[in-house]
Amino acid sequence: MALQLDARPPTAPTPGRSRLSRAGRLSRIDAKYSPYLYIAPFFVIFAIFGAWPLAYTFWVSLHDWDLLGSNPTFIGADNYTRLLADSDFWHSVVNTLGIFLLSTVPQLLLALWLANLLNRQLRMRTGWRMAVLVPNVTSTAAVAIVFGVLFGREFGMINWLLDLVGIDGIEWKSNRFASWVAISTMVDWRWTGYNALIFLAAMQAIPRDLYEAAAIDGANRARQFWSVTVPLLKPTIIFCVIISTIGGLQLFTEPRLFHSGTNAIRGGPLRESQTMTMYMFENAFAPYYNFGYGSAVAWLLFALIAIVAAINVLIIRRLGSSARPPEAKRKGGFR
Amino acid sequence: MSRLWRASPLTYFALVAAGGLSVFPIYWMFVVASRSSDAMGQLPPPVTPGGNLGANISRLFANTDAYFLTGLINSAIVAITVTVSVVFFSSLAGFAFAKLRFRGSNALLMIIIATMMVPTQLGIIPLYMLMTKLNLNDRLPAVILPVLVTGFGVFMMRQYAGQAISTELIEAARVDGCGTARIYWNVVLPALRPAIAVLGLLTFMTTWNDFLWPYAVLNDPENPTVQLSLRALSDGYYQDMSQVFTGTAIATLPLLLVFVLFGRQIIGGIMEGAVKS
Repeated sequence: MALQLDARPPTAPTPGRSRLSRAGRLSRIDAKYSPYLYIAPFFVIFAIFGAWPLAYTFWVSLHDWDLLGSNPTFIGADNYTRLLADSDFWHSVVNTLGIFLLSTVPQLLLALWLANLLNRQLRMRTGWRMAVLVPNVTSTAAVAIVFGVLFGREFGMINWLLDLVGIDGIEWKSNRFASWVAISTMVDWRWTGYNALIFLAAMQAIPRDLYEAAAIDGANRARQFWSVTVPLLKPTIIFCVIISTIGGLQLFTEPRLFHSGTNAIRGGPLRESQTMTMYMFENAFAPYYNFGYGSAVAWLLFALIAIVAAINVLIIRRLGSSARPPEAKRKGGFR
Repeated sequence: MSRLWRASPLTYFALVAAGGLSVFPIYWMFVVASRSSDAMGQLPPPVTPGGNLGANISRLFANTDAYFLTGLINSAIVAITVTVSVVFFSSLAGFAFAKLRFRGSNALLMIIIATMMVPTQLGIIPLYMLMTKLNLNDRLPAVILPVLVTGFGVFMMRQYAGQAISTELIEAARVDGCGTARIYWNVVLPALRPAIAVLGLLTFMTTWNDFLWPYAVLNDPENPTVQLSLRALSDGYYQDMSQVFTGTAIATLPLLLVFVLFGRQIIGGIMEGAVKS
């Protein structure tokens, strides 16, 4: 706004004309510069609290840097070499990837199936949509605590149900693979409905006559789903996969609160389900405050996210790229 | 659009199963919250509400480890402040991107879209150092400042403003001598109201739920957000599960309320965002 105050017309022949040209000038300055003012808050906030910290994490990772930070010593790649030889770190990498696979793959397949169900003539359409979305709007921490109890060893409902069908109780918290399954169940529960609605929106944008044409060609319902629906959903699927990758590999709240007690940040007594974000947190904050080492974990996780996202995109591009119907035009809003 | 496929009884069966699985853990949370503390040791596990909710609530608020009331108030302050700020700055920027012409607007918009893919959560270590320097550790501004405006919000508002506001209307206002600020306030903001509602609801829910960053920066047990109160309850040495579940139920309640009242708009917002992105 200071710009406007400084904008004085160079000459002022008569008072009346001066006012006019001044107003015109002001409005031109307004039109030219105010857009930058309006978009500036995002860039300022993102630069200070998003981009800078992420970039600076790399700088910190090259130092021996503790809480006081009074005298950080540059140690080059030492944190990284230590990390690559750190079995607890690799343990967390495997946990992260395991939980990620168990949570993303079933989640997206189930979401596709659910979207297909919702994409029909239904009574109480909004009701069904709300029912599948409600897990997504609950508090993550609350849900993690509830699932922690549902998966309890002795009095948990899941083990009780398993017992009914003759399966021995499972040690959901201290068996590594079982804890992955339990945590992934939580993530699936939360995100399947959300992704289903996104797929549903994309499905509704597919022109009906494509299905009619496919039916005339003798394709049954299942065939239509795999050869018309899925290929046309590909951009949406890629979008969901990337979002799930970015979120899934940074998983923290669910595994952290699935466990309770003083050492919960380790994800169980033997780090059964400690994810990389938890390992970063364990090192970087109370009680160790080893900022340099934690930052190195953060950057390796960043690299892993980039690699996995790229691999995912490549895989999905490959799938069914041979038989690809023409791209559907998406216009206007759908409900 | 020609008609959709009919739904078979099998479709309904599957939907009932999916809906049931979605709702059950939430329902069960309220069941345990309304029971006495020995409900946890019962087999089969209880599935109907009891009459102990009131007693559990008073014990919860009297719990000296959780600071639950402080947590609720803090979460309300944080979530409301962030929501108002995100809505304001996002609609302002979205309006600029959708309706004002300026040099570099396309490139800047691409940058904003790209930032949505950046896992900024990985920067919490320097963020923590920054907050220490600003002397904001253990204080609410530390969790408010980083999310005052989001790339998602700007993008969503830009998409909506592009279709909801007619360029003629803006031109007319300009001819009448309105500056861009007045156009924003008098023309754009009213037209964006539906999108503002959706963005506001989504922002409120996300902020209310935030856990990792508050957990890192709010270390004072006497000044938590409600999610941190839940963590304190859950990590407590002596666990009274009906009390913990009362906490989880109360922390979930505002979100459920918002969802029941505005579920249709939220669903519409998610689905429209999906089609356009």
